Amino acid sequence: MDNAGRARIMAPFFLGLLLCFSAPAAAQVDFTGVWNGNTNAEDGPERAQGPSLVEFVGLPITDHARQWGLAYRPGRLSLPEHQCQVHVVHYIHRGPFGTRIWEERDPVTHQLIAIHQAINTYEQKRTIWMDGRPHPSPNAAHTWMGFSTGVWEGNMLTVTTTHIKQGWHRRENLPSSDEATSIEHWVRNGALWTHISVTEDPIFLSEPLIKSEDFTLNPSPNFNPFWPCEYIEEGERARGEVPHYLPGENPWMAEYAATHRLPQEATLGGAEQMYPEYRARLKTLPVAVFTSPDDPPAPPPAAPPGRRGASPPAAPAGGGRGGAGAAGRGGAAPAGRGQ
Amino acid sequence: MTKRALVNASALVAAVVGVSVVLGAQQQIRTPRQMPFPRQPDWAKLEVETLHVQGQVHLIAGAGGNIAAQVGDGGVLLVDSGYEQMSGKVLAALRQLSNRTLRTIINTTLMDAHTGGNAVLIKEGRLNQAGPGLGQRPNEADLIGTSKLLALMTGLGRDKIPVERWPPSVFSGKQKDLSSNDEPVVILAVPNAVTAGDSMVWFRKSDVLVSGEIFNHASFPYIDMAQGGSINGIIEGLNVMLDIMVPKQNQEGGTMVIPGYGRIGDEHDVLEYRDMVTIIRDRVQAAIRKGMTLSQIKAMKPSATYEYEPRFNRDPAWTAEMFVEAIYRNLGGAK
Repeated sequence: MDNAGRARIMAPFFLGLLLCFSAPAAAQVDFTGVWNGNTNAEDGPERAQGPSLVEFVGLPITDHARQWGLAYRPGRLSLPEHQCQVHVVHYIHRGPFGTRIWEERDPVTHQLIAIHQAINTYEQKRTIWMDGRPHPSPNAAHTWMGFSTGVWEGNMLTVTTTHIKQGWHRRENLPSSDEATSIEHWVRNGALWTHISVTEDPIFLSEPLIKSEDFTLNPSPNFNPFWPCEYIEEGERARGEVPHYLPGENPWMAEYAATHRLPQEATLGGAEQMYPEYRARLKTLPVAVFTSPDDPPAPPPAAPPGRRGASPPAAPAGGGRGGAGAAGRGGAAPAGRGQ
Repeated sequence: MTKRALVNASALVAAVVGVSVVLGAQQQIRTPRQMPFPRQPDWAKLEVETLHVQGQVHLIAGAGGNIAAQVGDGGVLLVDSGYEQMSGKVLAALRQLSNRTLRTIINTTLMDAHTGGNAVLIKEGRLNQAGPGLGQRPNEADLIGTSKLLALMTGLGRDKIPVERWPPSVFSGKQKDLSSNDEPVVILAVPNAVTAGDSMVWFRKSDVLVSGEIFNHASFPYIDMAQGGSINGIIEGLNVMLDIMVPKQNQEGGTMVIPGYGRIGDEHDVLEYRDMVTIIRDRVQAAIRKGMTLSQIKAMKPSATYEYEPRFNRDPAWTAEMFVEAIYRNLGGAK
C-alpha cells in the first residue's frame, strides 16, 4: 500500500477522532428570534384549558406519582405560597406564550458562551451554557429552570438540565421530583423549531417521559413581560392547613374516565399505557361510572307508614372540590393561572 | 476487504466512537440524589464543601448536619458545629473563608451531628466583649442555645455529652437577638419540634434562614419524643419558616434556607416539605380517629407515607415506618 492509500484509510479515522473532541464546541444552528408555540397541535389541551383531575392517561408514572395525584386537591394551589408556583423547565414549553432566544458570544473570539431564553409564560429566564462548564454541586439550590448545558450533535442542540425544583409532569396534579433530569433536543427547520424533551425522574417516572412541541418563528416579534405574580388571600383557613384527599376518598376519581367513556384504569397512567399492546387490555375493562358529590342526594326510598325517612348519605370526606377557600375545580388560583 | 471498504469501515468506527463520546458525556450528567449522612462513616475519607449562600452567609456541608458560617470584618459566627471527628476539616474550610476570629457558635438542636464539634471549635475562638458573662469562657467563642437545650444536655449527663459541648449562653422565651458583622441575627426557639430545645437562626440582612433539623432534604423529619419532640412542633416550625421567608419572584429565590441536611433551598422547598409532613400527620390522625391500631396503620395500603417514600425514606436509622409510629404515639394513638 502506498502512502496515498494509507492516507485515504487513516484520514477518516483521524477525522472521527477530531469529531470526538471538537463536536461539542461547534455551534451550527442559530435559534435567535421570537418563537410562538403552535397551540393547535397535539399539546393544545395542555397549553390551554388544562388537564382534568385524574387524567393521567399514557404517562409513564410510578405508583407513587399516582398516589400523589389522587391525594391532590386543587384547593392546595390557593394557598398563598403555592399561587405563584410556575411550570418547571421540562413542562414550561407547553405554556401558551412565546419565547425569545438569543446568543451570548465572546466579543473577541466569537465563540458561543451561552444561549439565553426568555420565556413569556410565567416570565422565566434561562441560560444554556455552551462553554463546557460543570453542573453545580449536589448542595446547590434548585430553580424552576434548573441548570442547563448544551452540546451540538450535528445540527441538533442537545441540552441537559439538572437542579430543577419539585414541580409537575402534568400541571398541578402529577408531581415531578427535585431529582428529575431533563434532556432536550432542539431542531430547526427554517421557521419551524421542534422541541423534544426527554425527562427522567427516578422518583415519579418508571420510564423516560418523551414529549415534543413545535414553535414558529415570529417575523414581527411582540414580546412583553407578562407575569408579575402576586398572591392574594382568599377566605379564612386554619393555620397550616394543606388541602388534600385522604387515600381512597377522592370523590372525583372517576369523573374524567366516565365523561370520556373510559375504564378507570386507563386514566390512571403507567408505562404500559404508552405501548400498542395496551389496546387489547383496554377492550376488556369496564367503563367507569361516576356520581358527582355535587349532585343532590337521591331521594330516600318511600318510608314505610309510621317511620321517618333515612338520613341522606354523608358528604365526601373533606367537603367539595376545592376545599376551604377554593373556588371550583381549579381552586382559587390567581387569575389566568390556566397555563 | 477492499481499500474502499476499509476506508468506509474506518470512518464508521471513528464516527460511532465520536458520537458515543459526545452522547456519553451528556448521559453522565444527572441531578444528584440527596442522601443522608452515612451512619458508619469512614471519617478520613469524608470531605467538607463550602458554598456561598448569599450575603455574608456560607454553607459548610459534609461534616454531619449542615453548618452555616456568617463571615465579616467583625469575625465569624457559626450555626452548629458538625461531628467532632470532622472539626479539623471544618476549621480548614472555615479558614478558606476567613482568617477572622470565631466569635459565636449557635446550636439549633441536641444531636451529635450538630453539636459534636462544639468543644473543639469554641477553643478556636474568643468572646467579643472585654470580660466574660455568666458562665462564659473569655478565651473561647460564645456558645449559644435555648435554655431547654442546655437542660436536655445536663439531663443526659456529662458521660453522654461532655460539659465542653454544653452552651453556657442560653436564652428562654421565644427568641434571642444579637448583632454580628453589622447584621441582625435572630435566634427563634422552635418549641417541642425535633426535641424540646430546638431553634432556627435568621440572618436578616443576608436573608438566610438556618432551619436546624426540622427541615431535612434527605429524610423525613426526626422526632425525638424522649427529648420532648413532637410532630405538631415540627409542623409549626415549618409554618414559622414560611411566615418569615419571602420569595424574590414567582416563588423562587429571595430568602434562602440552609436545611439540617442536604442542599440549599428556598421557600418552595420548605413549602413542599411542610405540605408532605402535614398530609402524613393528617392521615395518621384520621386513622386514629377511626380507631385504628398502630399495627393496622402500618399495614395500610397505600401507607401513610407512600408517595413520599422513594424520595425521603433513605435513612435506615429513621425510616418511614419509624416516622409514622412516632406520629401515632405523639398524637395519642392507643398502643
